[in-house]
Amino acid sequence: MSGPSIMETLFQRTLEDLIKGIRLQLIGESAFISKAMEEIRKEIKSTDLQTKSIALQKLSYLSPLHFVDMSWAAFHCIECMSSPRFAQKRIGYVAVSQSFNEHTPVLLLITNQLRKDLGSVNEFDAGLALDCLANIATVDLARDLTPEVFTLLGSSKVSVRKKAIGVILRVFEKYPDAVRVCFKRLVENLDSPDSRILSAAVGVFCELASRDPRSYLPLAPEFYRVLVDSKNNWVLIKVLKIFAKLAPLESRLAKRVVEPICDHMRRTGAKSLMFECIRTVVSSLSEYESALKLAVLKIRELLMDEDPNLKYLGLHALSIVAPKHLWVVLENKEVVIKSLSDSDSNIKFESLRLVMAVVSESNVVEISRVLLNYALKSDPEFCNVILGSILSACSRNVYEMVMDFDWYVLLLGEMSRIPQCQKGEDIENQLIDIGMRVRDARPELIRMARSLLIDPALLGNPFLYRILCAAAWVCGEYVEYSTNPFELVEALLQPRTSLLPPLIRAVYLQSVLKVLTFCIHSYLRNKSSGLFPFTDNLEGVVSESMSKGKTQEASDLPTPAQDDVFNPRISDDNPYEDLPLENNGEDSKFDSFEKNGFTRESIVNLLNLIELAVKPLLGSLEVEILERAQNVLGLIELIRQEFPDQLSPRKEILAKEESEVSKLIRSMNDAFCEELGPVSVTAQDRVRVPEGLVLEENLKELDTICGDIQPSTSSFFAPRYGERIEESLASDLQNGEDSEPSRESTSLLIEHRKRHGLYYLPSSASNDYPLANDLRSGENDRDETEDFVRLTAQSLAPKKKPNYSKPRPVVVKLDEGEVTLSVASKKPSSKYDLLSGVIQDVLQETNLMDKSSRKGKEKVSSDVPQGSKENVQDPEDPRREKSGLRKSKHRSHGKERKHKDPDQVDGKKDGKSERAREKSSHRHGRKKTRQRAEGPLNVSAQTPVIPDFLL
Amino acid sequence: MGIRFIMMVNKQGQTRLAQYYDHYLSLEERRVLESEIVRKCLARTEQQCSFVEHRNYKIVYRRYASLFFLVGVDTDENELAILEFIHLLVETMDRYFDNVCELDIMFHLEKANFIIDEMVMNGCIVETNKSVILSPLHLLDSTT
Repeated sequence: MSGPSIMETLFQRTLEDLIKGIRLQLIGESAFISKAMEEIRKEIKSTDLQTKSIALQKLSYLSPLHFVDMSWAAFHCIECMSSPRFAQKRIGYVAVSQSFNEHTPVLLLITNQLRKDLGSVNEFDAGLALDCLANIATVDLARDLTPEVFTLLGSSKVSVRKKAIGVILRVFEKYPDAVRVCFKRLVENLDSPDSRILSAAVGVFCELASRDPRSYLPLAPEFYRVLVDSKNNWVLIKVLKIFAKLAPLESRLAKRVVEPICDHMRRTGAKSLMFECIRTVVSSLSEYESALKLAVLKIRELLMDEDPNLKYLGLHALSIVAPKHLWVVLENKEVVIKSLSDSDSNIKFESLRLVMAVVSESNVVEISRVLLNYALKSDPEFCNVILGSILSACSRNVYEMVMDFDWYVLLLGEMSRIPQCQKGEDIENQLIDIGMRVRDARPELIRMARSLLIDPALLGNPFLYRILCAAAWVCGEYVEYSTNPFELVEALLQPRTSLLPPLIRAVYLQSVLKVLTFCIHSYLRNKSSGLFPFTDNLEGVVSESMSKGKTQEASDLPTPAQDDVFNPRISDDNPYEDLPLENNGEDSKFDSFEKNGFTRESIVNLLNLIELAVKPLLGSLEVEILERAQNVLGLIELIRQEFPDQLSPRKEILAKEESEVSKLIRSMNDAFCEELGPVSVTAQDRVRVPEGLVLEENLKELDTICGDIQPSTSSFFAPRYGERIEESLASDLQNGEDSEPSRESTSLLIEHRKRHGLYYLPSSASNDYPLANDLRSGENDRDETEDFVRLTAQSLAPKKKPNYSKPRPVVVKLDEGEVTLSVASKKPSSKYDLLSGVIQDVLQETNLMDKSSRKGKEKVSSDVPQGSKENVQDPEDPRREKSGLRKSKHRSHGKERKHKDPDQVDGKKDGKSERAREKSSHRHGRKKTRQRAEGPLNVSAQTPVIPDFLL
Repeated sequence: MGIRFIMMVNKQGQTRLAQYYDHYLSLEERRVLESEIVRKCLARTEQQCSFVEHRNYKIVYRRYASLFFLVGVDTDENELAILEFIHLLVETMDRYFDNVCELDIMFHLEKANFIIDEMVMNGCIVETNKSVILSPLHLLDSTT
């Protein structure tokens, strides 16, 4: 394709035409742009530089705004860049800055053009080149152009020098050896009387210091001067940022800067500067009480402000100070709590973060209460964030914060009932985890699980399925703690369980099997042991895990005296004194069960109930359900032999005491009584791979085989219970309701409704159940913020460890691998390592040169960083520091000489070992970099660099 | 200062200006980033604070008429100073364009870029004096 004709050039569309065209086009934006791109491609090939540059200008307009690729035009960019006309040159430069990166093939071609423009007498040309370099500098460019940048650092034109300072950051980053050449000039710019140059230089040092503060300690005197003298808020903010980094490294420096910073905080009218002062104090100078007090005062002002920005920043400042000085947060607790209901989600999150920082084992109960109340009122997203943070805070380090597991279990139950709760999986995991780890929590756990299972309304909420799954498992596993196993079976088999996903339903059935086994076993044992005192019952295999509930029910002595005998037993090994009370409270309701325990009649009823409910499941299409239903029915079949429907119980049982069935039941019960413990997360690692087993290195192949199978989300738990809940947990909750229609007899439903009318709506005839927990949310609505504030007023107040009436129950922990190890502190990236290495090198080299060239002269401030550890008690210290700090614009040698003698003494004292180390370390660097830095050093004609800037 | 990018976006979410100082992002990465940020910031109301955390940036934004000015900074950057910077930028453009509006920026994108280039270099704010910022631009205008 040839270039455009003269006519085309003459009637070339300008950028303005293009923009207008985009706005007025009727053919669709993308079509218009691709048409325009065609034009541009043609025009850009023009030999006329004006045409070319306009085409390029259009291209660089389209590229960032309409995401049009322009890398293909790289060479044209370079052509425009070399134009003698500034306007065209600028178009070229802008295009280069926009589109070039280190992978651009023609990048090396611009080095010479850049060099030429950097050396141009026209300050605007040089400015363009510097701008461009700041955007695209690569290792090669930085290395090749270091001498030019160095020259410009000393330019007499402020605008050029300023930009040269701006570019230096990028150059250092790409080519650390440039530090050797440019550092001294850069530091000199800190002394510039021109505020613009100073501002640029401080900006660069702020960036440098944020990456590696230690290297810049020797420059503290310069920064100090800026801090005291400067009137420019921009500069002050940057200098404060530098000191925030330096102060923690050097206590004497901190002492020195704390007053000026407080001055600024008091005097300034600019909120930005004030906030920076606050941030510096709370993050780096918080051990200075007066400064901290002042900062806290100012934080309070921010918090009280109407402006959401200031409020947010106030909270942010609090969260910085929280880890070290909790009292500051406590002092402002009202605001923090109130902010939880702010209209701005950012503020809400910040205050939640703050509240979670305050939480400890002494106030976790109250804080959780407050947060839960907020969760009820919040939008679903924030509600779940709140729930998530409660869950993760309480479960941290194996529930280290939870003293009272009864409370915690109830809290989990309450969370499950919050309508927007989507933390089903977490709650599920914790319920099971607590069940396995905390034996003493089991009675409460099963009580809570019962109340969840028995409520038919909950079955309508898919988010709760995981929790119900855990509840069902708990009921089956720890049935011996239950006050009323029959009721559990009823709950597990209620008609609405057909709404559950199949795999969770399978867990329900498995639990039915466990409960059934337990009931029959207890019954048989009761009968066989006759009227023996119940204590004897406890002997045998299961005595250890035998529960209070069970013993109580198993007992054939429902006399009033029972409680007397019973209570002491409980308190022996169980701190839950309220258990018998609770039982008594429920006595009225479950009277018959209490009195009669496992009567023959009740067992027969139980069998009938199960049979009725489970039989229809034999038609289920789900293998899991089918199998478990078969198991249950099979067992019932066997037991039926023991219980022909109407026979007199007593002799029957006595005669068949040792029948097959009872043996079977006993062994099944034994199997189910086996305790399941938590498994270390590292357990798998300790299993040795058997010989001859080839583990596939690359599991990619597996993906192709089972690509459509979703990975189990709860695999973390799966190995823990062997084969018990296993697969059922891995189910995908949303995968629809049970495929099987509810074929359960309506009589079952009616009966259930009759028994638990409490949970049904009075008039509802159909299957329309109220949304889970509507009741609860309603009652909490009237809670006012003030209530919470009042509530937390006490709860957040620092108080002594509350006196728990009961000792903290044992939590089973595994010795290793259980607690997630704290992540190793992150390493600084190698690039910055390199850079800081060179900077330290330069500073040290300077010291050494200092020493050799001017014998007897001692470095002054350079031993501030290195000597900081050794010479804290050095009597000469304050003086020397003062001298360093006082020194400002004039750094005459004479002045140094004044301090020569004491310094020299010092230096010898503290620097000996240091220096030996430095020497060896920097000699390497020096040798290495010599050859590399040779070129630029020679060119710059400034060598050898003998920076005495440290003094 | 650690400015990572400067963006101007109108109420409809169309980008009017985008300048990056971070390491080089591909066009696709930019497109994703911009749409994420726009979605996040434009949904917020006037009563909410002007700071949004996104990925590892903190975004400080401010709305002027139909145009949003968004500046992405490092997380430890001074938010209020950046707000002041945005205001300074708007004032500078206002002085140059005389009552600046979205159309000015659309049709004179290179001028707007020029102003930003004078103010920010490599993510550091290097110039805050309005007449100094505008002097090269005026010079350029007078020569062409």
